[in-house]
Amino acid sequence: MSDSDSHATGSPYAPQTPAETAAMLDAVGADDLESLFDVPESVAFDGEFGIDARSERATRREVAGLLGRNADLTEFLGRGHYDHYVPSVVDDLAGRSEFLTSYTQYQPEVAQGFLQALFEFQSMLVELTGLDVANCSMYDDATALGEAATLSQRVRSVSGDRILVPEHLREGKRAVLSNYAEGPDLTVASYPMTDGVADVAALSDQIGDDTAMVYAESPTVRGVIEERLGAVGDLAHDHEALFCLGSDPIALSLLERPVDIGADVVVGDAASLGTGTAYGFGLGMFVTREEYLRQVPGRLVGASEDAADRRAYTLTLQTREQHIRKERATSNICTNQAWVALRTAMHAAWLGPDGLVDLAEDCVTRARDLAGRLDDIVGVKAPIHGRHHFREFLARTDQPASAIVADLASEGFAVHAVDDHLVQVCATETTAETEDELVAAFREVAK
Amino acid sequence: MKYDQARWTDDSDDLYEPLLSEKANKTVDIEDSPLPDDLTRNSLSLPDPAEPELARHYTRLSQMNYGVESGPFPLGSCTMKYNPSFTEDVAARADAAIHPDRPDSTVQGTLALCHRLQDYLGRIGGMDAVTLQPPAGAAGEFTGIQIAKAYHEHNDDERSEVVIPDSAHGTNFATAAMAGYEVVELPSGDDGRVDIEPLEAAVGDDTAALMLTNPNTLGLFERDIEHIADIVHDAGGLLYYDGANLNALLGRARPGDMGFDVMHYNVHKTFATPHGGGGPGAGPVGVREELAQFLPNPHVRETDGNYEHYEPANSIGKVHGFYGNWPVLVKTFAYIARLGDEGLRDASAKAVLNANYLAEQIEYEVPFGPFHHEFVASAGDQDAADAAKRMLDYGVHPPTTKWPEIVDEALMTEPTESETKRSLDQLADAFNAVASDSDAELADAPSRPAAKRIDQVTAARNPRLSWQALDDT
Repeated sequence: MSDSDSHATGSPYAPQTPAETAAMLDAVGADDLESLFDVPESVAFDGEFGIDARSERATRREVAGLLGRNADLTEFLGRGHYDHYVPSVVDDLAGRSEFLTSYTQYQPEVAQGFLQALFEFQSMLVELTGLDVANCSMYDDATALGEAATLSQRVRSVSGDRILVPEHLREGKRAVLSNYAEGPDLTVASYPMTDGVADVAALSDQIGDDTAMVYAESPTVRGVIEERLGAVGDLAHDHEALFCLGSDPIALSLLERPVDIGADVVVGDAASLGTGTAYGFGLGMFVTREEYLRQVPGRLVGASEDAADRRAYTLTLQTREQHIRKERATSNICTNQAWVALRTAMHAAWLGPDGLVDLAEDCVTRARDLAGRLDDIVGVKAPIHGRHHFREFLARTDQPASAIVADLASEGFAVHAVDDHLVQVCATETTAETEDELVAAFREVAK
Repeated sequence: MKYDQARWTDDSDDLYEPLLSEKANKTVDIEDSPLPDDLTRNSLSLPDPAEPELARHYTRLSQMNYGVESGPFPLGSCTMKYNPSFTEDVAARADAAIHPDRPDSTVQGTLALCHRLQDYLGRIGGMDAVTLQPPAGAAGEFTGIQIAKAYHEHNDDERSEVVIPDSAHGTNFATAAMAGYEVVELPSGDDGRVDIEPLEAAVGDDTAALMLTNPNTLGLFERDIEHIADIVHDAGGLLYYDGANLNALLGRARPGDMGFDVMHYNVHKTFATPHGGGGPGAGPVGVREELAQFLPNPHVRETDGNYEHYEPANSIGKVHGFYGNWPVLVKTFAYIARLGDEGLRDASAKAVLNANYLAEQIEYEVPFGPFHHEFVASAGDQDAADAAKRMLDYGVHPPTTKWPEIVDEALMTEPTESETKRSLDQLADAFNAVASDSDAELADAPSRPAAKRIDQVTAARNPRLSWQALDDT
């Protein structure tokens, strides 16, 4: 039985019949398809790409063959990208073609469904942060942080070009921030951390009137829950700098509300709800105070009324955006992560507030318990910071970290080497059934 | 052809589908948590629907939303083509769902797929090296302009301007400004293309790059592209290709052969990954050999059948926290593999034929030509935005409106290869019906979608951006 369809020699998704093609060519007065291309001979391409067309089934087999070369490892990895269980109903509903195959809601009257879903997403972030305004998405947490830095410069009443970030910061996030900082001539500098949390005294020495923004994370990249965020926020505000907090929606369900510790902007990755691990595929959240509304990057959905006086939703304040304001726009972002935001809102609603708080508490206790079990192993100290943790923690190992990582990989587990003798371990509800095995394997390799 | 969109209305008749927060909100007090009280919030108040309620809520919302599978979607410059279903299954594979911090040796399959896709995109664009990291077209532009900047800095050549035609996408201008450049806007010539005289005047020692879309947003091929490239290159600048309109040229012309040094690909346009209500997309960037040293970190290379990440010698750094929008890249790979040379060529041929055929069938004036994948009609005495609202009543998604500004009351139309002659005829009927409708009929439209005409002015004047900001909740 053939696994091809009748369009084997052309695009299977270009449905014209040869008779239709002929009639249409006739209608436009063209002899053949090639004559429609107004391309000068000297730049015309007459070669081949050398890409063979495959059937749908063959393509699926090919991808299966390629990805089958990935090692089958149980991952205890985090550092900004997390595996939480996503219920089937999210895939099912988000996969509806009316959502998946639509685009930016330039015609809101036929896009009320997506607009309302995004409005609900924005609202959930407002509740989680206590701030006033959330946009519909940025690409990921790193680009959201970059946008926050450029916003800090735009809204500051006095000149300032220094962005202060924590010493413990994911390298990739800092690299993206540096790229965003380059155009507006911002500089990025680190403030030290002591035993896993911000060193507020050192930050106080370092901060100055040239500081445009102070960034802190909770949980940090090492999984540590910050303890003096209010003091960090006060320092920032003493110098008219913005205080930007990095977090995620699960952590925010339990930890202090950003508004209560003086955060002006909250960024972070929200795909930890709604999307499992996907090689770093993310959802940048961007939430801020109302006073900065006109400087927010990206799309915003607002409520209005239609001609029937019913509540309806629309993209709004578009004069901030590139398609209207061009080089004076707040950002160049156009295509964003709207569909990922839809998934996040669905997952958050599925969990409800009880489910979210339970999940967040599990992130605290699971990391605590697993660290305690590893700490019982000879040659392992965990966690190395005497703090509360969320999902993940660092362990110090007598053996080189690289050897621990390699030996665990051969046992079927993935953990992350942070430094010569530092290993990072991340646990969520998806690792519940494999933690005993990890501890047993750790015991063997840590000797 | 007419289309009444499903319309769910609340009993009170003052809103459509109620918000989740209006149906099932719950406040949870946080007590006895495993953390000290001073590290936790006091309470959390969010919707708490049971799964059946959740399913019904989002199903109803989806019914009040129009996608490519609902009907024609000729939104100019957006290439709203059909998104093959099987690519969703390919991207949803369990072995695609891996963590980015794994050692390279344990993700050889993922790296191999990335490497193969880099190679395919390079061949399609005529580029020597391709990064997959940028997560959208605008992010690709930012990557490309940062590469141009790194190139000039590497040559100790200080340049402060980026030149952009007035018909370009808004993202081009915003990108150049984000990267710290002054924008020099170039007026279009009478034929809708780049006018050589003002170009020569605009380009000089300060020019870092010219950003160009070809065919441009009017659907016109820049026939003088080689001359344009010479002008820019002779001044020491680089030529940047905005790939938004690449669906017009597959297998007929390649940016690399036209003299472009850097380009981005909009895979959610040209390679049919779904637009997802605004994203995610992906914006891979291709460069000529001498610019490969500036590509984002990391890049994927192959040696003796082994794949690894490495940092290019003079990398611009990173534009995404990890490796970009991976699931979208998997779908891109699957689409290109499915179509191959013949399919890709056929897609462009049918996209161009469809645009030309539709342009021929509609009664609005269509200035300029000959067209490739899109054309810009003028609504003439009608307001283009009103005409678009009226088109909604005829069962189709309208074109992009009032842009590019060089056409009065612009209706920028890109039917893509996904439409049959029959659906194009229906689309033309919708255009023509609207063209002969009265101003009053246009002003009252639409009546058939879920919502009637939405008041944009109030939305912007009195921003209510969350359910917390609504008076009645």
